[in-house]
Amino acid sequence: MKPVSGKTAFVNARLLDPASGLDDLGGVLAEGERIAAFGPEVVEGALPADAEIVDCRGLCLAPGLVDMRVHLCEPGAEHKETIASAGRAAVAGGVTAMACLPNTDPVIDNDAVVEFVARRARLAGLSKVYPYGAATKGTEGVEIAEIGLLAESGAVAFTDGTRAVGSAAVMNRLLSYAASFGLLIVQHPEEPTLAGGDMNAGETAGRLGLSGIPPAAEWIMLERDLRLVEATGARYHAAHISTAESVEIVRRAKAKGLSVTCDCAPPYYLLTEAAVGEFRTFAKLSPPLRKESDRAALIEGLKDGTIDCVASDHCPQDADSKRKTFHDAEFGGVGVQTLLAATLELSRKGGLGLLDALAKVTANPARVLGLPLGRLLVGGPADLVVFDPHRAWTVSADTLLSKSKNSPFDETEMTGIVARTVVDGRSVYIGAEAFV
Amino acid sequence: MTPDFAQRHLLGTRSLTAPEITALLDRADRYAAVNRSADKKLSVLTGRTVVNLFYENSTRTRTSFELAAKRLGADVVNMQTGASSVAKGETLIDTAATLNAMHPDVLVVRHQDSGAVSLLSQKVNCAVVNAGDGKHEHPTQGLLDALTIRRRKGRLAGLRVAICGDVLHSRVARSNIHLLTTMGAEVRLVAPRTLCIPGAESMGVEVFHDLRKGIADCDIVMMLRIQNERMSSGYIPSTREYFRFFGLDREKLAAAKPDALVMHPGPMNRGVEIDSDIADDVERSLIREQVEMGVAVRMAVLETVTRNLARELGQPWGTEA
Repeated sequence: MKPVSGKTAFVNARLLDPASGLDDLGGVLAEGERIAAFGPEVVEGALPADAEIVDCRGLCLAPGLVDMRVHLCEPGAEHKETIASAGRAAVAGGVTAMACLPNTDPVIDNDAVVEFVARRARLAGLSKVYPYGAATKGTEGVEIAEIGLLAESGAVAFTDGTRAVGSAAVMNRLLSYAASFGLLIVQHPEEPTLAGGDMNAGETAGRLGLSGIPPAAEWIMLERDLRLVEATGARYHAAHISTAESVEIVRRAKAKGLSVTCDCAPPYYLLTEAAVGEFRTFAKLSPPLRKESDRAALIEGLKDGTIDCVASDHCPQDADSKRKTFHDAEFGGVGVQTLLAATLELSRKGGLGLLDALAKVTANPARVLGLPLGRLLVGGPADLVVFDPHRAWTVSADTLLSKSKNSPFDETEMTGIVARTVVDGRSVYIGAEAFV
Repeated sequence: MTPDFAQRHLLGTRSLTAPEITALLDRADRYAAVNRSADKKLSVLTGRTVVNLFYENSTRTRTSFELAAKRLGADVVNMQTGASSVAKGETLIDTAATLNAMHPDVLVVRHQDSGAVSLLSQKVNCAVVNAGDGKHEHPTQGLLDALTIRRRKGRLAGLRVAICGDVLHSRVARSNIHLLTTMGAEVRLVAPRTLCIPGAESMGVEVFHDLRKGIADCDIVMMLRIQNERMSSGYIPSTREYFRFFGLDREKLAAAKPDALVMHPGPMNRGVEIDSDIADDVERSLIREQVEMGVAVRMAVLETVTRNLARELGQPWGTEA
């Protein structure tokens, strides 16, 4: 992909920058791959003569979204998703950077696979891709992976992805070792011996005759890990917390001053276990969808800042992996393309200001991962999204660009649609309706 | 005329209304009489094909469905998955499509996963009867239990029924809970906490963890089978401890009403959940009658769903039984 050398001015926009609290009419001038200027003064008439002008027609213009938890499925499961297909879905959703999980085949537990993913992402030339390195070799939870070398080759943080580091001894050493390099450990907080079920343990599971995964599976692991974090002084991020108790546990840990952050995925704050209905496998997620009281507590946690980020937890599964009995069906749902709409929903229904909600998918995940992204900054990368926050669309197999169509929001209407996505100054996506 | 059950599939008892249950039981009652007569062969389903597709081993339920279909005059094919293409890795959906292409009229399906029969029913054009899906439902067992109770007690409404044992893993328990509560019975569950359904109270039942207290003043004591793997996976420590606290013997049964009747869906573990002394007591035990009613109920169900299918397809349907 050739670097962009010219100047592009995105004008006549509602300019939103969560990091600085900017919400004003204005524009962004990109020069090459970088932001040269932004603010109310970037208007037509006050631009360099050679600048190409994009009229945003009053739509929102914000830093591109940073989705800190996606499965790209490549290498190893290209029938479900590829780096290119996920990239197309991402930019259609305004996501300009993704952190991808190491649960591939082969696992991202050595620098060769990091290089492979980086090269494929460069070739796709869509959303930027930042791989997680495996925390343990093969994500087997036994031996610590070469996290120092992985970090040198570009891994942003370390996690066994969908698998929890179950052994307390391994986690203790991992946190200690990572702390010596200042590296971040991301955990799927779920005690494996309690996690054998198919959906949230409770009334619905009881009625349907499905095995339950109790909320305790999550908070036992969180409590354990946070004790170890306290002892080791490591940096720790809890992925996709799903229970009310977990919010409280993280809240207490933060009050203690521990170096802990966490995220939540849209299905957990927008849906409940009721979405399982009569064995609907698109609602089979890991962790499982919980109760209404959990959903409400997650919204509170997002509101008061206990939950730092919203990540899509994009997990593509092909039709055959979901068209099974609930027990046999795979866990997971796609989400990278619905992340923006789900974040706007958080603002509308959760009572968060638009900037506060957008911070959860821009500046905050960038800060957690230590990436120079997710904000408007002169000299920073021109990664931008132009969107209409009021326009509705229906999530369906037709509208989703991911190779897999397993959205827990399938056949529902979401509000907020992307008009244009810009990565390093290049427009990589222009909405089909082309209003901009 | 009572409003009949009008669906093409019978997937569970949860969605059944009281009038639909009553209509099915009334019809089954008539078949019970036929089954006791010398000539048991009817022609209600002549020319129709019933396929028994069993993913789990079963002798009694499969035989019961097979007899029911044959007595109605249908052709019956039995598919045990151990010997079929399923063992070669064919998916549930593909098997459904394959069987569907052979134009059966009714598929009777048992599967080890909850929801499997419902999933399969969405992929076929014939009628589907759930013969047990995982821990979810076993509607014909619920109906046959209800018929057995109604014939002995003359009613279902107002009776106090205790369902005892491994309710957590029991599709029989769930089908009975839905059906009996719909019919106005008072249902109790009796189990150690490890074998109870979480949130069972939301299903309209009362939960007990002490057998004597749970069956106190009950009209019906329904025992469930406890499977050996429950011991190895730590739900209960041993069979002898289970029998000591949750096994039904004459001494514990004394807590129930003096005329309380005992049921068991079979196959029984004598000396584990039920003492032989009770199981074989013809005054107290309904176990053999349950088996007898099973055939009658399945005849009623097969006839009803086939008639509903014919109606949906606009096919002619002969004189009703």
